[in-house]
Amino acid sequence: MPARIGVVTFPGTLDDRQALRAAAAVGAEPVALWHKDRDLHQVDAVVLPGGFSYGDYLRAGAIARFSPVMDTIIDAARDGLPVLGICNGFQVLCETHLLEGAMIRNGDLHFINRDVTLRIENNRTAWTSDYEDGAEAVIPIKNVDGRFVADEPTLDALEAEGRVLARYVANPNGAARDIAGITNAAGNVVGLMPHPEYAIDDLTGPHPGPGTDGLPFFTSILKSLVSA
Amino acid sequence: MARVLVDVMLKPEILDPQGQAVQRALPRMGFDSVTNVRQGKRFELELADADPATLRATAEQMAEKLLANTVIEDFKVTVLPADSSENA
Repeated sequence: MPARIGVVTFPGTLDDRQALRAAAAVGAEPVALWHKDRDLHQVDAVVLPGGFSYGDYLRAGAIARFSPVMDTIIDAARDGLPVLGICNGFQVLCETHLLEGAMIRNGDLHFINRDVTLRIENNRTAWTSDYEDGAEAVIPIKNVDGRFVADEPTLDALEAEGRVLARYVANPNGAARDIAGITNAAGNVVGLMPHPEYAIDDLTGPHPGPGTDGLPFFTSILKSLVSA
Repeated sequence: MARVLVDVMLKPEILDPQGQAVQRALPRMGFDSVTNVRQGKRFELELADADPATLRATAEQMAEKLLANTVIEDFKVTVLPADSSENA
C-alpha cells in the first residue's frame, strides 16, 4: 500500500491541488483533508499548503491554527507525524508554536511572485533528506507576509541547533538572517516559505529550468515513510 | 453590556514595514516633524459580563490566545467604565 500524504484545505487555501499533485507525482497516495474534520484518515504525513486560510483575517494563519483539523495535527506532530507547512502553512505552524518565530509583511510591502534560489542547509529532516547538504534549488515564492522574524536568542538557537532548513541566496523580503525555512528539533515538522510543489516538473516548474528542484521535498518524505 | 479595548502593537524590537512606509510618506506631504511611526490595531469588544475583574481577565486570555501573537506583538487591555459610550 503506498504511503498516504494528506493535504489540508482551509477556506482560502490556494495550493492544495498542487500539493496533492506533487504527492501523486512521487507515487504517494494523495488524501484531501478538510479543515472541519478532526480525523486524519490514516495519513502518514501532512502538507499544510499555501494560500490565505480564513482570508488571513487577523494575521496570516492565526485563525486556521484553531481549526478542528489543526487540533489533531498539532498533537500528531508532537508525536512525530511528518508535517510540511508551505507558505501559509508555514505561517500556520508558527501560530501553533510547533515552529518558532512569526511572519510579518515583506520589507517592501509588495506581494512577491518570482523564482528564488535557496540553499538547503539541513538535509537531515524527513522532508529534505534527498537533497545534498548545501544544495541550491530554484523554487518559486509568492506571498506578501513572508518576512520571517524572531528575537535574537531564538535565531541564535535555530542556528546553533542546525534548525535553519533553507536560506535565500538573495534575500527577497528582509527575512531575518535570510531564513526561508526552519525545522523543529525532531526534524518531522518543517516550514518553508517558497513553494516546492510548484517545481516538480519541467512543464509547470520555473522556466528556464531546472523545473524540478522542489521534487526532493516529496521524494524525501516518501523515502522516510517507506523506511519507517 | 461592558466594553473592553485591546490595543495590539508590534514589539519595539520588531521591524514594522507598514509603519516605515507611512513614516516615509508623511514628509512628502509636508509633515516634516515625524521621527517615527508604528502601526498597530485595536479591538473594541462588547461583552455580556459586567464584573470589571472578570472582564480584564477574559480580555487578557483572548489577547494572549488569539488577538495578539505574543511572539512579535504586545497588547494592552483597557476596561471602559460601565457607562462609557465613547471609543476612548
